[in-house]
Amino acid sequence: MEEDKKTNRRDFIFTASYALGAVGVGAAVWPLIDQMNPDASVKALASTEVDISGVEKGQSITVLWRGKPVFIRRRTEEEIAKAKDVKLEDLPHPETDQERAKNPEWLVMLGVCTHLGCVPLGDKGEYGGWFCPCHGSHYDTSGRIRKGPAPTNMEVPKYEFVNANTIKIG
Amino acid sequence: MSDHEYTPKSKFGKWFNDRLPLLTLSNHLTEYPTPKNLNYWWTFGGILTFCLIAQIITGLILAMHYVASADLAFGSVEHIMRDVNYGWLIRYVHANGASMFFLAVYIHIFRSLYYGSYKSPREIIWIIGMIIYFLMMATAFMGYVLPWGQMSFWGATVITNLFSAIPLVGESVTNWLWGGYAVDNPTLIRFYSLHYLFPFLIFGLVILHIWALHVPGNNNPIGIDVKKPSKDTVPFHPYIVIKDLFALLIFLIVFAFFVFYSPNILGHADNYIEANPLVTPAHIVPEWYLLPFYAILRSIPDKLFGVIAMFAAIFVLVILPWLDTSKVRSAIFRPLYKQFYWFLVADVLILGYVGAMPAEGLYLLVARVATAYYFLHFLVILPILGAKEKTLDIPLSLTEPVLGGSPNEAIIKKKKEI
Repeated sequence: MEEDKKTNRRDFIFTASYALGAVGVGAAVWPLIDQMNPDASVKALASTEVDISGVEKGQSITVLWRGKPVFIRRRTEEEIAKAKDVKLEDLPHPETDQERAKNPEWLVMLGVCTHLGCVPLGDKGEYGGWFCPCHGSHYDTSGRIRKGPAPTNMEVPKYEFVNANTIKIG
Repeated sequence: MSDHEYTPKSKFGKWFNDRLPLLTLSNHLTEYPTPKNLNYWWTFGGILTFCLIAQIITGLILAMHYVASADLAFGSVEHIMRDVNYGWLIRYVHANGASMFFLAVYIHIFRSLYYGSYKSPREIIWIIGMIIYFLMMATAFMGYVLPWGQMSFWGATVITNLFSAIPLVGESVTNWLWGGYAVDNPTLIRFYSLHYLFPFLIFGLVILHIWALHVPGNNNPIGIDVKKPSKDTVPFHPYIVIKDLFALLIFLIVFAFFVFYSPNILGHADNYIEANPLVTPAHIVPEWYLLPFYAILRSIPDKLFGVIAMFAAIFVLVILPWLDTSKVRSAIFRPLYKQFYWFLVADVLILGYVGAMPAEGLYLLVARVATAYYFLHFLVILPILGAKEKTLDIPLSLTEPVLGGSPNEAIIKKKKEI
């Protein structure tokens, strides 16, 4: 009976079996979980090219990229100045306008409120930028969160100017 | 419960029952001793069972005509409404049936709160009930997405985005839920699959709920234990069966009123516009039965804490049996708790109202106060009441107040003197 208290070969076999069993179950379950992740056809739509030649100053267009709206806004001088004037200390999520709009005339960002994913309305809100009607988040002319429940600025996707009239998003 | 051995009368019945004791089970269910003082608030268990079965049957039929595809879903629902024989009826029963289900479950839950049915020894019944309630909300939410209207789409977007509040892995989790980078076709199809599965999980849990109920037996309006089964109880069949059926008929009048006279009053007009990922409706509201939780979510100005508060509002109900420390079950004998109970009812109704209103100005202020009071009720008031409240004398048996006319203090004291 005293021998039972010591770790013996049987305990080792039990532990090893449980461990191997856990790994096996994990390996079998993973495909069942991973199948829900974005599939190859969804990932294949990773980039889109947009013609921006028709967009005048003060206008914006909305395009669909990866199932999400992307705002492309040709900002007025006034809006750019307003975005640049803000002190970083006043921002809940500090980012300079320079970081967000490489070419200050063009602001490209996901038109998705960072709170719960609604599409904010343009030319609205207390900061002259965007206003989300769902839960009342206010964004400025650089798409930065200024007031309301959203935690971060609207996301700037990866994009580049292919030529003067075309933007490639993604 | 059934201490007595049951033996089927027929020879075949005995042969069968020895191999699978189904007849013993059915005998237990018919003979099940039920407190004889149960009032009509106790009929909602039966009504809820009816609701679940009605939802499963109508849902099964809708699934024969519905197409789970972002391109075809909206059209297939209109096809059900216009072309399928009685499709309008079946869909309206299913859609309003969800609301009726929640109406009944809220009455059932608040009955339990009033009469202390969640207290020892019925904690497990209560917890299983809360799991059922949570699954009901998930099922209803996913079902609302299936018609693929504007409210479907944006409701799905807002609710799935709740998970993006999780630190570090939030984005991966939401992409996993969506099967993409936004709510889209893969999301719709998986919601359809799960919306089909969950009612059967609920059905299984309902069996456990009833099983757990049949171990201690029903609570009752005066909240004391059954002392003498022979005097204090009646068999489930026919007494409770007939009473439940009568209550169900009354309930069905309300149900039929909605289905036939105002089938869309509980829905939202925007859901007759097909989903458009580029335009958010000006004012997103969930279905009425989720509004109190939505109000709690919006009352907190921080994303993560708003989500935590919303889930905590449900979780606090799960641990209620340990928050309410009072030994007396029924509110009839708890003068202070009775008042706070009605404050809570009012508080939840107020939360529901402000949840439907825009989150600004006075509405937001009211939502914040009501949210604070909701948690105050469960986390502070109930434990204090348990320790401090002076409860009234409780009757000695179920029969005593029945024979005395009412559970009235004067009568009880008089009897004690004798």
